[in-house]
Amino acid sequence: MTHFDRILLPSFLKFMVGLIIVACLFTSASAYGRGLDHRDNVLRIAAASNLRFSMDEIATAFEQEQGTRLEVSYGASGNLLAQIIAGAPFDLFFSADETMPKRLIEQGFGTSDHYFIYGTGRIVLWVPLGSPINLEALEMNAVLHHTINKISIANPRYAPYGLAAVSSLKHLNLFERLEEKLVIGENVSHAATFVRRGGAEIGILSYALALAVSLQNSGRYWLIPSNYHPTLNQGGLILDRSQHQFEAKSLVRFIKSGEGLSILKKYGFFEEEKVR
Amino acid sequence: MSWEAFGLSIKLASTTSFILLLIALPLAYWIAYSKWRWKFLVEAVVALPIVLPPTVLGFYLLIAMGTRSFFGRIYQEVFGSNLVFSFEGLVIASVFYSLPFAVQPLSAAFLSVDKRLIQLSAVLGAAPLVTFIKVILPLSTRGILMALILSFAHTIGEFGVVLMVGGNIAGETRTISIDLYDQVQAMNDGAALETALFLLMLSFFFLSLVYFIDRKKGRTIAGPKI
Repeated sequence: MTHFDRILLPSFLKFMVGLIIVACLFTSASAYGRGLDHRDNVLRIAAASNLRFSMDEIATAFEQEQGTRLEVSYGASGNLLAQIIAGAPFDLFFSADETMPKRLIEQGFGTSDHYFIYGTGRIVLWVPLGSPINLEALEMNAVLHHTINKISIANPRYAPYGLAAVSSLKHLNLFERLEEKLVIGENVSHAATFVRRGGAEIGILSYALALAVSLQNSGRYWLIPSNYHPTLNQGGLILDRSQHQFEAKSLVRFIKSGEGLSILKKYGFFEEEKVR
Repeated sequence: MSWEAFGLSIKLASTTSFILLLIALPLAYWIAYSKWRWKFLVEAVVALPIVLPPTVLGFYLLIAMGTRSFFGRIYQEVFGSNLVFSFEGLVIASVFYSLPFAVQPLSAAFLSVDKRLIQLSAVLGAAPLVTFIKVILPLSTRGILMALILSFAHTIGEFGVVLMVGGNIAGETRTISIDLYDQVQAMNDGAALETALFLLMLSFFFLSLVYFIDRKKGRTIAGPKI
């Protein structure tokens, strides 16, 4: 046996085992402690990906004004919906459409007086800065440009902005021709990373993301007319299982107040449109 | 880089390795010494997470731990909280996910113990459990260490399973690898590069440690020697 085997290894082993036991004790202690304090000043938010930057700003402003911290999980609305149904511990759900919060109401996760619409979104064509595509001149036909190999969109099966992207292509009868060029992001900000990193030459993204600083500095956009796709009214719901009904309601009030509205407006959200 | 996420990953990985050691010691002993003719089937089941897509494991666990399943409901009745999308749920998922990385080094180490020593211990009247604790375990320290490090490191690197059953909740289920994914989508390039580099260095460190412990000739616990 070497020196390493006889002396170093056993002591190192004891040290590792000790470390892990301490970590476990610490874990259970903190889990117990957390069970006691119920995390009183935290609201857990499930928010559609196109809210990524606006909700961050709202969270900062809301915490400053009311002292309640927002912990936001972003994702495709459909994914978040599935997580909530499976029992995810969210207090509020901000969807990118109206139907998903309503489905939660149908299934008994909330009541219609806790349902609200906080804005209407739009979609844009987006290309990176060095792109030869002239969006203003070509408008929607930009997707037919000869330099385009891939078009990036969010997954239409569970991301409302992906669905809107597909609808806009179908509206101009372009979908069949372009279907094989589509690359599907898991949600709209995933789709944005594809085109921002050059994996796709053009993307159909949300207006809110196009107005975010990092995308504004790295590309150009063209606003797709709102009659090319069904209205993107974005609805939200305070979940019945939330232990923080009061804080959740004040967040909704905050978003509908002047300050909240001005943040949403800055990110390209419009006031609710009546369904055509 | 988010230290909250990193701390959560460390917490998850240490809890998982500890629980895994408790499960893997008897399991690896059985795999090493059992003469059962169908043993290869058990070995295959234990090794499954190595080749199984994490989404498959994650999907099954999501169903099994969800509030609609029998197990998920029992847990909710007893503990008053949900198993899915919680830290406890991640621990269960990680135990499955890293099981082979604890069992395989252990059973390899047990097998490499000189048979004559085990026989001698039995001849001198020691019960199998005593032989295990006093003869086999002290001669398998490298394997135990390897099992701890590998299951720890493998849990740190977990992504697909956490994505399926975790739900990306800050401080609860947003582990370091999920946090990287989140930063990429938040177009937070600086933080994403930082996290990625950190994880690369960490993985390199763990594997160096494994091969350092394993560097003696003839030992093949960490894989074939070239």
